[in-house]
Amino acid sequence: MDWSALNLSLKLAACTVLILLPLGIWAGHALAAHHFRGKAWVEALLALPLVLPPTVLGYYLLVMMGGTSPIGQFYESVFGRPLVFSFEGLLLASVIFNIPFAIQPMQRGFEAIAPEVRDAAACCGLTRWRTLWRIELPLAWPGILSAVVLTFAHTLGEFGVVLMVGGSIPGETKTIAIAIYDRVQAFDTAGAGVMSAALLLISLIAIGAAYFTASRTRSHRHD
Amino acid sequence: MTEPGIRIRLQQSGPIPLDAVLDCAPGEVLALVGPSGSGKTTILRAIAGLQRVKHGLIHCNGECWFDGERQFRVETRQRRVGYVFQNYALFPHLSALHNVMEAMLELPVAERERRARDVLARVRLAGLEHRVPAALSGGQQQRVAVARALAREPRVLLLDEPFSAVDRATRQRLYRELAELRRELAMPVILVTHDLDEAMMLADRMCVLHQGRTLQSGDPYVVMTRPDNVEVAHLVGLRNVFRAGVLAHDAERGLTTIEWRKHRLEARLQPDFQAGQQVTWTISPGHLVLHRRDRPSRGERENPVSGRVLEYLPLGENVALTVAVNGPDRPPLFLTVPAHTARRNGIAQGVEIGVSLLAEGIHLMPADESRTPAKPA
Repeated sequence: MDWSALNLSLKLAACTVLILLPLGIWAGHALAAHHFRGKAWVEALLALPLVLPPTVLGYYLLVMMGGTSPIGQFYESVFGRPLVFSFEGLLLASVIFNIPFAIQPMQRGFEAIAPEVRDAAACCGLTRWRTLWRIELPLAWPGILSAVVLTFAHTLGEFGVVLMVGGSIPGETKTIAIAIYDRVQAFDTAGAGVMSAALLLISLIAIGAAYFTASRTRSHRHD
Repeated sequence: MTEPGIRIRLQQSGPIPLDAVLDCAPGEVLALVGPSGSGKTTILRAIAGLQRVKHGLIHCNGECWFDGERQFRVETRQRRVGYVFQNYALFPHLSALHNVMEAMLELPVAERERRARDVLARVRLAGLEHRVPAALSGGQQQRVAVARALAREPRVLLLDEPFSAVDRATRQRLYRELAELRRELAMPVILVTHDLDEAMMLADRMCVLHQGRTLQSGDPYVVMTRPDNVEVAHLVGLRNVFRAGVLAHDAERGLTTIEWRKHRLEARLQPDFQAGQQVTWTISPGHLVLHRRDRPSRGERENPVSGRVLEYLPLGENVALTVAVNGPDRPPLFLTVPAHTARRNGIAQGVEIGVSLLAEGIHLMPADESRTPAKPA
């Protein structure tokens, strides 16, 4: 069992969730509440990582973060080391390829709130912040929870993009999915089997917990 | 501009056309009635600031909420409106108590709960404070919505078809409750409904709307029996609308005589119309009296007309009759009589019957050539 790889995967998944949670709430809320020209194109752009092959996405991310790109050069001038093949680069890639997994369930969650409920909140004198905090977030909670779980589980399992932008540097970019692949390449099927089982278990627990909580929330509201 | 109550002037040509003039005094219940799509809810939402309107003015207790000319608009949350939505729009994840408490954020936390319990008790929901909306019946949900709307001590109470989502028995009970509650209310109350009976029962004044235009406002009984024009007559469900000529006025007897299909009919004195003028007239269902066949009945000598029953349509406890007066080719007279009266008088299709048109109920309107009188349904 490669504990360092598991640890790195969990860290990457947690950081991705922490970054995407506020971003997803903001974007999901904005997309659910507003209609504007070109909205379909914005939604299509945000959904793009769902349909692109991971290698294609990884390639563009690699180009975007490379030493010759403005982002890569900026990062290197500030931190003194390249963005690609680093944990930070991997995190940036992870955030980008998880955008649809985070935003879409949250957007659906906010869209499921009846518009009159928001109107009623305004008539009650609630500020926008209080409406978000007291009314919209609790009502969109099942969507937010699915987004968190999907993002977390998807990060744990992502392979292609990680390999393209992170390589396989132990402790830095070698996630559990990469470690499993390495073990299989080295004919260590027992090691690969243990890690695969661990990944399966973690994913199952995360998804199971999310479904359980969502169904509890629903039944509580229909008591 | 310091007069109490609410004054509303709204105009726009699209997307939803509006040309509305409304006033509602403190403690008064104004019913906005009109068919679906007549702009009732749009006006209510505009008062609350939930719908943007291009031109107009909204003043509440002397305070300007909207002035289209100055592009001035007070946000919904600052308008202090109590709004009961058609489907109540309760916060589904909060208990009845917390639904009401959310509307009392200006009060100190400690006082909020006490006051919310008081308001819930006022709408007879004591003991159900901790239930979420889904665990309450339709009628109870409506009461929570009313309690939440009143909790903020609003300057105007807006009710959007508040009885449409409950069954008939509950609706009757809620009518009584609202009628009792309204005596305690000191703010203007605007009730949107498409149900004319509801407006008659609950409102002090009624305003008829069509395609965003306010056509007539006034005492509900007056609007329902004395419409300003043919359009309003049709909107308030008056089916007996005919053309006639004014013959003369008799101020002493308080009567105006008109000629309708060779009948000389005496109507309540309406001197605004000159002798010789063509008019449209209508009569409300309550002013049509069926003659008894066995013995003379009340008002039999008052504007008697006779005709043959073209259609006999039982509708529960009543029977709707379509009667051809002066021949089957002319627009018929419609009247509804209790089923037992119809049976006792042997009324059936093809039978000749006599009807009195009570003078008090005959109402004259300007001639409207654009509309043909009502035809059999």
